[in-house]
Amino acid sequence: MKYVDEYRDGELARRIAARIAAEARPDRRYHFMEFCGGHTHAIARYGIGELLPPQLRMIHGPGCPVCVLPIGRIDQAIGLALQQRAIVCTYGDTMRVPASESLSLTRAKAAGGDIRMVYSAADALKVAREHPDREVVFFAIGFETTTPPTAVVIRQAQAEGLRNFSVLACHVLTPSAITHILESAEVRQYGTVPIDGFIGPAHVSIIIGSGPYEHFAEEYRKPVVIAGFEPLDVMQAVLMLVRQVNEGRAEVENEFARAVTREGNLAAQRLVAEVFELRERFEWRGLGEVPYSALKIRPAYAEFDAERRFGLVYQGVPDHKQCECGAILRGVKRPTDCKLFGTVCTPENPMGSCMVSSEGACAAHYSYGRFKDAAVVAG
Amino acid sequence: MAGKKDYLRPIDFRHGRIDMNHGAGGRLGAQLVDELFARAFDNDWLRQGNDAALLELPAGHRLAMSTDGHVIAPLFFPGGDIGALSVHGTINDVAMLGARPLYLAASFILEEGLPLADLKRIVESMAAAARDAGVPVVTGDTKVVEQGKGDGVFISTTGIGVVPPGRRIGGALARPGDAVLLSGTIGEHGVAVLSKRESLEFETAIVSDTAALHGLVAAMLDAVPEGAVRTLRDPTRGGLATTLNEIARQSGVGMELDEAAVPVLPQVEAACELLGLDPLYIANEGKLVAVVAPDAAEPLLAVMRAHPLGRQAARIGVVADDAHRFVQMRTRFGGRRIVDWLSGEALPRIC
Repeated sequence: MKYVDEYRDGELARRIAARIAAEARPDRRYHFMEFCGGHTHAIARYGIGELLPPQLRMIHGPGCPVCVLPIGRIDQAIGLALQQRAIVCTYGDTMRVPASESLSLTRAKAAGGDIRMVYSAADALKVAREHPDREVVFFAIGFETTTPPTAVVIRQAQAEGLRNFSVLACHVLTPSAITHILESAEVRQYGTVPIDGFIGPAHVSIIIGSGPYEHFAEEYRKPVVIAGFEPLDVMQAVLMLVRQVNEGRAEVENEFARAVTREGNLAAQRLVAEVFELRERFEWRGLGEVPYSALKIRPAYAEFDAERRFGLVYQGVPDHKQCECGAILRGVKRPTDCKLFGTVCTPENPMGSCMVSSEGACAAHYSYGRFKDAAVVAG
Repeated sequence: MAGKKDYLRPIDFRHGRIDMNHGAGGRLGAQLVDELFARAFDNDWLRQGNDAALLELPAGHRLAMSTDGHVIAPLFFPGGDIGALSVHGTINDVAMLGARPLYLAASFILEEGLPLADLKRIVESMAAAARDAGVPVVTGDTKVVEQGKGDGVFISTTGIGVVPPGRRIGGALARPGDAVLLSGTIGEHGVAVLSKRESLEFETAIVSDTAALHGLVAAMLDAVPEGAVRTLRDPTRGGLATTLNEIARQSGVGMELDEAAVPVLPQVEAACELLGLDPLYIANEGKLVAVVAPDAAEPLLAVMRAHPLGRQAARIGVVADDAHRFVQMRTRFGGRRIVDWLSGEALPRIC
């Protein structure tokens, strides 16, 4: 496939792997966090871990949009479907995220809720036009990549004077999450999460640009390499991070220059700023309440804000006691450190959110990498 | 008494719709059977008009029987429709035991409001598929449910076939060292159907691979000694990945696949890339997986490639000794990973 196969060339991968192995110093360890679920998925799916030397470890970050959705937000969406009898539209993976009372959107649908999977925000708007007699709520999730399309439909709904459409906005912000991780006690004080550098987001950076990461490089002395989601992108980014660490540099480098600029997509940024404003705080699964880490709909578009329209009050709900998603999302633990992993919690029956999406650390490891654990057990 | 001629106004297949009367067991239902089903499927057994079909079977053979419900939406998709699919699906299930399919039974659940034109198109396509395959539909049933309680039409088919003495093919017979063969490219059926889903419609030239595989199976089994073909299976729902995991579990073995050897059409690969799906998990309706003795692999590949339904047949991997029964894959990229069971519905990823 043109424009894709070039980035999945096994021969080239082996050459980069050889360079990484040659340049990574044997007397030290390298810990890199890939922030994005897209990278987590690529690493697992293409078996990249096998191509990296033993002293180099990838830590999976919290950049999986459904993984960081707290139970309380899913509960809100379920409530809209079951109590308010609204049509709730959302993206595919959100359907399976576990919520309170053993529910999920999939199960709420089976219980009679009108819940629909859509491919785009525009599809949700279409549903609203087709059902003028029903309340239609778009349960909008995701990082900066999915925010501009949500802004577009809210503006369009206003322009069309749609009276039955609203958005439950759960859009979150990448830089605040990275700051939160870098400020965490595990990283700053205890050193239990040694992070030597970040692989920066691909699609998110197309929107926000590479500029916002400069702060992390300067303030926290952590190198950042923005990389595409193809496996060769990841390999190349790892090599660039190894070089920065070896040379004692902490800079923002852009491996994904074919799509990311320093400024990002200014038109998209303007659009988002027009429709959304910062939330003072937002609960993330795993990270807890993170200040200024999410967006809410501006008062000018209040009628399209499902929280205002239905008078929703957010109520946090703690995760299952033994679920380690929180620690896994912060990089403190690995999926296999969790007692529930692979037994009580599987992709068929996820307890925690990391087991839901193929971008989640647990699901990726369960689905693609489990044989490595077996090898360890066997001998 | 000199009445009117024995005339019955024929069913209006152009404008009519199924209503509750069609299923009430009265004359209207009988007329539908006469003018549509009996006419399309016409054969000796149906003509006898009995409650059941009396079947002749070759002596010494064992019976193979399989049943399959078809609930596909949309009813018509590029390359096929629910009618042809319901014939192919069941014939293939019977053939995967190394059986020669002989007879089909069909049961229709029709939803009130279904346009008769659609029903006619489906039944005629089904009859054509049965005729082409040489497997008659010898008995059937029709029921009607109220609007909202069906999805246009559901078709359940049952197939009966015969297995000659001495033949043993099954999911539990794969052994370490056996070769894993695949009869052609994967993913067309699932992608063709997805492309027509209301919420998803996208332009594509991909057509379903729906086809009856018993001819290919017969050619394969004729070419090698009994026992050389251990397992046959058609990777339908859940795709190739799920089928291989089923075989691994049943046989208590592992598998090692070579991603580069699995044939996928570039347009299927592109559609999957766009939708965030993996071709390994997409349904096929005209492909088979064969686990075969290592020395039979090359002769079988030659026979498969000479058959119209096996032109792109490939050796995709090998059966391994693995107590964990993992299906592993050497990725094109050079890494290694598990090919796991499909979990839940194949949901698209979002970013």
